[in-house]
Amino acid sequence: MADIALAPRSAKTQIREATTWDQLKHNRNWLGFWFMLPAMAFLIFFLAYPLGLGIWLSFTDTRIGRIGQFIGTENYEWLWDDSIFWLSVFNTLLYTFIASAFKFAIGLYLALLLNENMPFKAILRAMVLIPFIVPTVLSALAFWWIFDSQFSIISWSLKHLGLITQNINFLGDTTWARICVIFANIWRGVPFVAITLLAGLQTVQPSLYEAATLDGATRWQMFRHITYPLLTPIIAVVMTFSVLFTFTDFQLIWAMTRGGPVNATHLMATLSYQRAIIAGQLGEGAAISSAMIPFLLAAIMISWFGLQRRKWQQGEAND
Amino acid sequence: MHDFTRRSLLQGGTALAATGALTGPALFDFAKAWAQTAPWKAESGAKLTVMRWKRFVPAEDDAFNAMVAAFKTATGTEMNVFSESFEDVQPKASVAANTGSGLDLAWGLHTLPQLFPTKVLKMNDVADYLGKKYGGWTDAAAKTCKHGDDWLGIPVATVGGYMTYRKSATDKAGFKEFPTDFPGFLAMCKALKANNTPAGFALGHATGDANGWLHWILWGHGAYTVDKDDKVIINSPETAKALDYCKALSDTFISGVASWNDSSNNKAFLAGDLYCTANGISIYIAAKDDPTKKDLAEDTYHALYPVGPIGKPTELQLAVPILAFNFTKYPNAAKAFIAFMLEKENFDKWLTGARGYLTHTLNAYDSAPVWTADPKNAVFAQASKRALPASGIGTPGEKAATAIADFIVVDMFANYCTGSKDAKSAMADAERQLKRIYR
Repeated sequence: MADIALAPRSAKTQIREATTWDQLKHNRNWLGFWFMLPAMAFLIFFLAYPLGLGIWLSFTDTRIGRIGQFIGTENYEWLWDDSIFWLSVFNTLLYTFIASAFKFAIGLYLALLLNENMPFKAILRAMVLIPFIVPTVLSALAFWWIFDSQFSIISWSLKHLGLITQNINFLGDTTWARICVIFANIWRGVPFVAITLLAGLQTVQPSLYEAATLDGATRWQMFRHITYPLLTPIIAVVMTFSVLFTFTDFQLIWAMTRGGPVNATHLMATLSYQRAIIAGQLGEGAAISSAMIPFLLAAIMISWFGLQRRKWQQGEAND
Repeated sequence: MHDFTRRSLLQGGTALAATGALTGPALFDFAKAWAQTAPWKAESGAKLTVMRWKRFVPAEDDAFNAMVAAFKTATGTEMNVFSESFEDVQPKASVAANTGSGLDLAWGLHTLPQLFPTKVLKMNDVADYLGKKYGGWTDAAAKTCKHGDDWLGIPVATVGGYMTYRKSATDKAGFKEFPTDFPGFLAMCKALKANNTPAGFALGHATGDANGWLHWILWGHGAYTVDKDDKVIINSPETAKALDYCKALSDTFISGVASWNDSSNNKAFLAGDLYCTANGISIYIAAKDDPTKKDLAEDTYHALYPVGPIGKPTELQLAVPILAFNFTKYPNAAKAFIAFMLEKENFDKWLTGARGYLTHTLNAYDSAPVWTADPKNAVFAQASKRALPASGIGTPGEKAATAIADFIVVDMFANYCTGSKDAKSAMADAERQLKRIYR
């Protein structure tokens, strides 16, 4: 028995080399990696892979149901002097710029109003959210009827009031059609901006306003020098999202105009869908989608630097 | 996807109640007798998965399902039928062709079998059998399915679209007979406009309607997107003439056509705002089925598309061909089913169930009861004869289908008619887009 008991002790003096597996199991850095793995896998499979695949497809001549060949930048070369593509880029920028500006202005105005003390505050705040809650396709169909060339309620009412004699060609005229889809997008996007800015307003300390009042500040000065600077970070975030949502909008356009009349409302997203899915040219549709990436990156960068500036505004050191 | 037996039990009842003789013992007796003598004997234990496009009218679906049920009983073939919306049929068939599994038969649109000529079961024997028995195939139908001398599928039917108009309005405009040529048609549209009873044809992204009537105008002037070697020839004096004619025509239309989709003209016509348009038989059927629209239904008539300067009909009609994949384990059952569908005992009833939506592609069915059941259906019997394939004079296939789906011709006409572009740049744009597709 004693011999047996001694033998392992002598063996123990020799320290066993930690195998790679041991390291993977116990090293704290690796442990961190293990905990990160699920999130990473999620991001890779559902974000990075589709994005990478989309970019890869844009360099091939893939069609629906058929694997394509690598064709280099041919798709992009064809897009470069494709007037419909450039029209869609113009439309997208116009749509995004105008709709976002209006959404910001109206959203901020609504947020300031809702921040005041008034009766039925909670109900009013909930009501503002309604356009955001209604499924986009449903509201788009409603707008489609509202702006219909024959059955528009607006044309009907104006006709009965004797103000016009002919239906307004809402979705058949290029300018009108752009106004209509932008209007619908603003209607849908305002609640998101308004409610988020309202949340931001609630974080502003009332004592700041009291102090300003004692100093004799006007309402405008209070907004300009207290509310606005403190709201900047929220504005940056909310407008980034708003711009991204607007830039990539698809449902509203597809349900209301399908990009018509004469492609005046075709956005990059709808043109990409028409070419890739409807017409079956996946490669080219992917190229149009990929062409959106630089614009989206630019939007994100702008807000990134907007956020940086906020620290400086608050009197902190730049880092 | 659903289990066919359960569905047929549920639906068999409604079909019986609605249309009487569609199902029932007579059909089963015929199916059994047919299975005994048919040139194709279904493999024992055969199982077919069939994808079809989603029906327009319930009665058509009922007739189709009754046929499937009879085939199942007579041959012992397990049938699994499911339908997909128009846009989804082609992608799903393409995926099946690509992966070599999932479907045995696909009933699709346009020139579907041409998209994968190496993946389909050759149907030469079925086409010969049916063609000989039923007076031959119409030219356009054969072109949509033939690749050289081989039949890649069987052109089951055509979904026809024709002039739909209010007789009272055209009479008042001084046209007792619907015009048969382009100048007459333009004169009538001008007169309709003067009477404040305007015509209207979609100039928006309406896949079926806008492509249909605009290709008719283009081809009618002898202009085509591509020639027989698939060389792009859209930029031509003929196209310029077609553009000018179309512009003159569109000046007489009801306002808003540039925003129209496929349902817009149906709505406007049924509301009594629109007096002449081109459409499938659906407008008339909807009016007929609505007791409050009795007067409108009585006043609604159909006419053939007028013939253009080139002197022969140039219509774009929607073909609906069926194909079997060559990886199916039961090729004989697939062929037997296709042949069985088009036998007189089935097809007459099926056409009746479709109420004029579907037009036969076999000449013998000119005498099918549906075309005389209502004299207003008769026009639609011509759809398979007066059509050109979707490619015009070019090769039927993928590229032609893409050009149509991408609204190249529609945008060209819309650009010119709405004044967004002059004829030269409208044509140059279309040429550029077509070259992109036909590169």
